[in-house]
Amino acid sequence: MAHILAVNDLHVTFPTDDGLVRAVDGVSLSLNEGQTLAIVGESGSGKTVTGLSIMGLHKRGATQISGSILIKDGDREIDIVSSSEEEIRMLRGGTVAMIFQDPMSSLHPYYRIGNQLAEAFLVHNPGKKKQAKARAIEMLDLVGISEPAVRADEYPHQFSGGMRQRVMIAMALMNSPRVLIADEPTTALDVTVQAQILILLKSLQKEFHMGILLITHDLGVVAQVADDVSVMYGGKIVETGTADGVFYQPKAPYTLGLLKSVPRISTHGSDRLKAIAGQPPSLINLPTGCAFAPRCEYSSHAPTDACATLRPQLLGKSPSHLSRCHVDESTRDSIFVKELKQVRP
Amino acid sequence: MQVFNFVGRRILFAIITLLAVSAVVFTIFSLLPFDPAALSCGQRCTDQIIEGNRIKLGYDKPLYIQYLLFLSGIFLGRSYGTGSAAFSCPAPSFGYSFNENRCVSSLLAEALPVTVNLALGALIIWLIAGVSLGLIAARFKGRWPDTTSSIFVLLGTSLPTFVTGLALLIWVTIKWKLVPLSVIGYTPLYENPVKFFQFFILPWITLAIAYAALYTRFTRAAVLETLGEDYIRTARAKGVKERTVLFKHTMRAVFAPIITLAGLDFAGLIGGAIITETIFNLPGLGRLTLRSTFEFDLPIVLATTILAATVVILMNLIIDMLYAVLDPRVRI
Repeated sequence: MAHILAVNDLHVTFPTDDGLVRAVDGVSLSLNEGQTLAIVGESGSGKTVTGLSIMGLHKRGATQISGSILIKDGDREIDIVSSSEEEIRMLRGGTVAMIFQDPMSSLHPYYRIGNQLAEAFLVHNPGKKKQAKARAIEMLDLVGISEPAVRADEYPHQFSGGMRQRVMIAMALMNSPRVLIADEPTTALDVTVQAQILILLKSLQKEFHMGILLITHDLGVVAQVADDVSVMYGGKIVETGTADGVFYQPKAPYTLGLLKSVPRISTHGSDRLKAIAGQPPSLINLPTGCAFAPRCEYSSHAPTDACATLRPQLLGKSPSHLSRCHVDESTRDSIFVKELKQVRP
Repeated sequence: MQVFNFVGRRILFAIITLLAVSAVVFTIFSLLPFDPAALSCGQRCTDQIIEGNRIKLGYDKPLYIQYLLFLSGIFLGRSYGTGSAAFSCPAPSFGYSFNENRCVSSLLAEALPVTVNLALGALIIWLIAGVSLGLIAARFKGRWPDTTSSIFVLLGTSLPTFVTGLALLIWVTIKWKLVPLSVIGYTPLYENPVKFFQFFILPWITLAIAYAALYTRFTRAAVLETLGEDYIRTARAKGVKERTVLFKHTMRAVFAPIITLAGLDFAGLIGGAIITETIFNLPGLGRLTLRSTFEFDLPIVLATTILAATVVILMNLIIDMLYAVLDPRVRI
């Protein structure tokens, strides 16, 4: 399978009054047709900035960006980092589309739903008004909105949150994109609606053969839909592998911490939630060594001073499951399996 | 049906408000320690004449009867006195001014067009200037167009109209002789457009500078706020051109609050741009109010006060209905 999206060594930094914010610090990832790759991480780990950069929606002028973001557009391959604003604009909403976290505020309150959808089509197919209107109704129908022709004439405030997210998905799919970036698509929704939206995304992925880049902090969502997972911490990917691999045999201490902190309905009602101690690092002054070292319980297993002074590389015994940690991988495997058994008996 | 309900409710509410305002204003003016009958009497005054005037003008009747007479005069006209000395003011009558020896309504009819033209012209200028400057400032935030416009905003908001007005008068009219001194008087637009513009151009600019500065600041802030909205990011994610994002998606959202502000400011000006009218010697409502206040000509002050209140209430009604057109969320 061919890559439709390949990000190589992406760095995104914003200068602020307090110093340089390294929001994305050397991220590489690739996405195939029909594949779902989840990027998981806490708030401020750089996952949303990664998504916005792929859309070319990072603030030009206010940000410094380096590395490459290659997107297959037909036979061509376009690098978002080095392309002109106009070239990127033609990709946006066409080959690459994005849906956002808050469907309540992501639709323009003053325009009819149908017109907002049609605009997405018209931007890429100028002048085809009738087709745009027909396509809008077709897409509304496809995402499960009943009476799409009637609903197309309504305004966003007449839709519920779940329905608005369906509209956002319909809008993103207007031009049959190759890549769909979904930035926390279910975070603002009720749990039952979350499941509906995820099922919808999955079925649409099959129909459109899209690659989906799912940005989320919700491990439950990841488990439901992702094929592969990249875990981000402090602007870096700290672990990447298949969803099963990352869930059942986490390699990075941070991933283990995330898995342990998922709330469970346990048989022992008095169990406390196992949160990761400490705070995520400021992206302005990252520690010189491993960014996770100040919060890590396992640094005693690493060679002396390594965690505090050296940045760990993304390595692994298997090339499909990589992680950043100074502790020997076999040592980690044996410790982590025991730890996971305790929370998942 | 719902639309008619909405409009009907608003109109009914406006009528009730107007009645309340007129009753309150009427009562306040009746309680003032001035005897309108005595003021209407000339220099050689006797108690007899005052008493005669009191009866002629209806000030002998109880307050609520006076108020009802005042109200009915607005719709039916009103006549004063009896026999050969009788005279009448046709509807809409707002009373009779003895200082001017004329019906108040005919004084208003002369002054109102001047003030409306003054306010309308200034409104058009400041809307165009303020909104476009604000848009440019927001578009080039932090760069030189933004800085330049903020200097204009600072000057416009801090310079009082009597300074800008007088400065314009001195430089443009007297030193450079670009506009003739406004001794020519008010000429309606349809009679002589050139004279009309010569008469109004400086007062317009004077008022517009002050308001344009406020609107520049308001528009800039509103545009910047809207540009940060999630739906603007959505528009960009669709691949919409940056120009369309600014002029269509952003301006559409900024439009409604600007209309509201403009309507209220316009209504406020109809109440009287007293300083501007005085500097440029414009025979408008503001000057009429000012002069009548100094002369204790209560019928005129009463009429202009109620007129100003009416305009504010009407503008609010119009804005509410416009808002329902502009913002789909307001439609019920």
